[in-house]
Formats: sequence, C-alpha cells, structure tokens
Amino acid sequence: METSLHIKGLTKSYQTGKPVLKGIDLHIQGSGMTAIIGPSGTGKSTLLRCLNRLVEPTTGSLVLSSSEGQVDLALVKGRQLRMARRQIGMVFQEYNLVERLTVMENLLTGRLGYVSSWNAWRRKFEPTDIAYAFELLAEVGLSEFANQRADALSGGQRQRVGIARALMQRPRLLLADEPTSSLDPKTSAEIMQLLKDQGERHRIPVIVNIHDVDLAKRFADRIVGMTGGHVVYDNQPENLESSMLQKIYGGQSWLH
Amino acid sequence: MAALNPPQLPPPSQAFTASGWQRMLLLAAGLYVLYAFSNMGISWERFTQGLSHGANFIARMFPPDLSKLDILAKGLLESMQMAVLASALGVLISLPIGLCAARNLMPVPATMFFRGLIAVCRSLHPVIMAILFVKAVGFGALAGILALIVATIGFVGKLFADAIEEISIKQVEAVRATGASFMNVILFGVLPQVLSRFVGFATYQLDSNLRNSTMVGIVGAGGIGGALFAAFQRFEFDFVFTILASIVSIIVLGELLTNLLKKGFRL
Repeated sequence: METSLHIKGLTKSYQTGKPVLKGIDLHIQGSGMTAIIGPSGTGKSTLLRCLNRLVEPTTGSLVLSSSEGQVDLALVKGRQLRMARRQIGMVFQEYNLVERLTVMENLLTGRLGYVSSWNAWRRKFEPTDIAYAFELLAEVGLSEFANQRADALSGGQRQRVGIARALMQRPRLLLADEPTSSLDPKTSAEIMQLLKDQGERHRIPVIVNIHDVDLAKRFADRIVGMTGGHVVYDNQPENLESSMLQKIYGGQSWLH
Repeated sequence: MAALNPPQLPPPSQAFTASGWQRMLLLAAGLYVLYAFSNMGISWERFTQGLSHGANFIARMFPPDLSKLDILAKGLLESMQMAVLASALGVLISLPIGLCAARNLMPVPATMFFRGLIAVCRSLHPVIMAILFVKAVGFGALAGILALIVATIGFVGKLFADAIEEISIKQVEAVRATGASFMNVILFGVLPQVLSRFVGFATYQLDSNLRNSTMVGIVGAGGIGGALFAAFQRFEFDFVFTILASIVSIIVLGELLTNLLKKGFRL
C-alpha cells in the first residue's frame, strides 16, 4: 500500500501569539520528491520537525497512512509515537551522525526502534538488518568505510551515511531538512539524485526542504513554496515563474 | 577644521588611578596576617627550634625498619583492594546518578534531587566520611570502602553529569528520530559522546582513591593507615619511613598504570 500524508490546519507557535506556521494544508501521496522552498525563518524546518515530533505542533492533524495502518502524528504519545517515528526516516542539514561511532554503528542506529536495550548494548542486531546495512552502504558507495568512525568522513560521505541510516528504518516516508546546505554544488546534486533514486526505488514519498531553487526545480516532482508561515505555491516545477519566486522570497534584485 | 581639533587637554599624569578601597582592603589583609602570626605563637625562635626537632626526627628514620614486612604487605594490599573495590563500585553507581543529574536529559525535579545527592557526597572529606562509617558499621575495611565509594560518587557523578550537559543534542535528536526508546537513545546517542571522558574521570578517581585509602586507616577504617598511625604513636620512625616510601612507590606505580589504561582507551 502506498503512503499518504494529510496535513490539515497545522499551526505552530513557539511563543503564544507569534505563530511560525499559520495553517498548513498539504496532501502528499505515493512516491516522488516534494521540495519545500521559502526564505529562512518561514517554518520549513518546523513543518518537517512537526511530522516526526521533534517539535510539538500547536494545532492541526497530520494523518499518515501506510501499510502499517493509519495514525495521526499530532496525537500519538509514548510507545505509539516511537512506532510512528520508526516509519519516518529523516536526513539532517548537519548530518547529525553520532561522531564517535563507526559508520556501521550509525547505520544500525536506524534499527534502534526495533531492538531491545539489552541487545543494543551488546550491539546485537538481526542478521538481515546487518546484511541490509552492507547492501545500503554499497549503494551509497561507502562499502570500504564500514568500520571507520563517522568523524573521519567528509561532508558528502557523512550525508550519504545519514541517508543510509534513514533508509535502514525501511521508512514509509523520507524527510530531508536542508540536506545540501553544508555541501559543495557537485556533492549537493549527487545527494539530491540519491534521495530521489532511493525514494523511487522504495516507492515512498520524499519531502525535502531546500534553499537552492535551481536544485529544487531540477530534481523535484512537485514544489511547495512557503512564505510567512503559509503555503503560497503548490505545483509542478515547470510552472514556477519568477513572479512567484518574487512572491515567495520578496524583492527581485536576486533574480537574474 | 577647527571643529575637528578640540582644544587639547593636558595628558593625564598616570594611566591608572588607584582605588582607595582596594588599598584599604590590602592593608587590612596584611594586618590580619600579622595578627594571626602573633596569635598562633609562631615566632622565628619557635621555627628554628622546630627545625632541630625535624632533623632529629629524620635521623631516627634511618636505617629504615625492614623487619615488619608482613604487616606492611598486609596493610598495603588491603589499601589497594579497598581503592580498586571502591572505584569499581563507585563508578558503577556514579553512571546512573550522573545521568539522572544531567539537566539536558532529565526533568527538573530529578536533576535537583540527584544534584543535591552529589553535593552531599562531595561536601565531606573522605576521612570525616570514614569516621562516620566506622561509627555506623564498625572498624575495618568495609567502613573505608564505603567512605571511598561516597567520595567517588561525589566526584565522578558530578563530572559525568557536567560532561553529559555539554554533548551535541543534534546527535541525540537524530537517534530519537529513528523511534529509539529512551534507553536506546542513551546507549547510542549519549554514551558514545561521553565515554572517553568518563574513562578519564574514573582513572583519575582510582588514583585519588589509592591515595585516600592509605589515609582512612588512621581513623580505623582499614588499610595501611592503621599501621602508619600505630608506628607514629610508638615512635617507630624507622618503620614510618618504610611505610611512607612504600606508599609513594605504590602511588607512582598506580599513576603509570592509569596512564596505560588511558592509552588503551585512546584518550
């Protein structure tokens, strides 16, 4: 069954009376990459982080339907929340790898939602998970790095490990929060391609926050433009005109 | 142009102005030191007199007494065992206590309680703690071990909690985002970030416990300190020297050992 995500009336205020998200409605279904663009501070990160509840939404519903059933991400607590999080992989801007663990341990971190603490302490994971980790490592081109510590890798390599860690969860939904902001242009394009390919291969939706409009247009199947806590554009990349970019980012001197 | 050149003031005669208050305070402190000297009856005569006593004391240490090596070995062995046991148990207990005292992971009531517990453990010197435990559980090594465990919790627990408060919360967040349970987040997100520092604290504490374990015997809490105290009281200064020299060599040996341990953990 393909994944669908219904976001309805999502708001978030860090301080009362000053909402960052002012009522977001989005429906994302099937596979394909959705890029969310918009100026800094407009709530793109907050939106993604509400989905796996690294941030608590103020109001609204976030219904995720997948082969594991249907769940309102805004309401779940405790064990239910952890089970919902297992379905959602997340890739971070600064990779957020556990620096002192090896690449393989970082990958297996993706299985921690399924492993008891006793087995986690003994580093005892399912053989199928270990095999899958080696498979993913080969896929992101880092096979020979399995036993290196994460802090020995370059930025692009770290982000590949970050993506592999998220995929280890066998997620139903993949989130990426500014995955290319700390990378050079060539590596950025490679990371976007990897995210797109993996989304298609596992037939799951990928939602990417991104600053770089050109990268968004090049890789995304759908672009959501946000400004001031609202969605102001939701359409194909081809239809994104510079007048709309002016509306999203304001001003025009930055447009060539 | 005149507006750009304000009338020249004569340069100030000195770069700093002395504060009257600071001078008064310094003077008062100086006077108090003089007063304390006269009050304690410490004079030059007293000092020179003391020096000749000291020379006599040192002369009586030689030749060192090597006839009671069995007492020496028994005491030293007991001291070392006390230090190792107290370090192992104390570090083991410090781990959860330090974790519960870290303000970035635990709710406020828990951290207040455990920070308070650590503060109590730190507040009393191991010898005072040893006196309390001798009264509570009786003479012997058990009292010494308990006193050293308390000291270990006070030191390692506090430093461990502080170390956890300095970790990168981003790495923790990423582990949490996978749906990991709280314990698994601790195991994979928190511990790897603090483990090497924790080993550092533990080896330092082992060193410290080794030194303190030679002292708690003075109040009857086991170890070589008891033999040392008895030798002092019987004016067997030649045996005192043997004991002191052995303690110094043990401490140096311990230092070398902890250095090896740290190297093993790539610190």
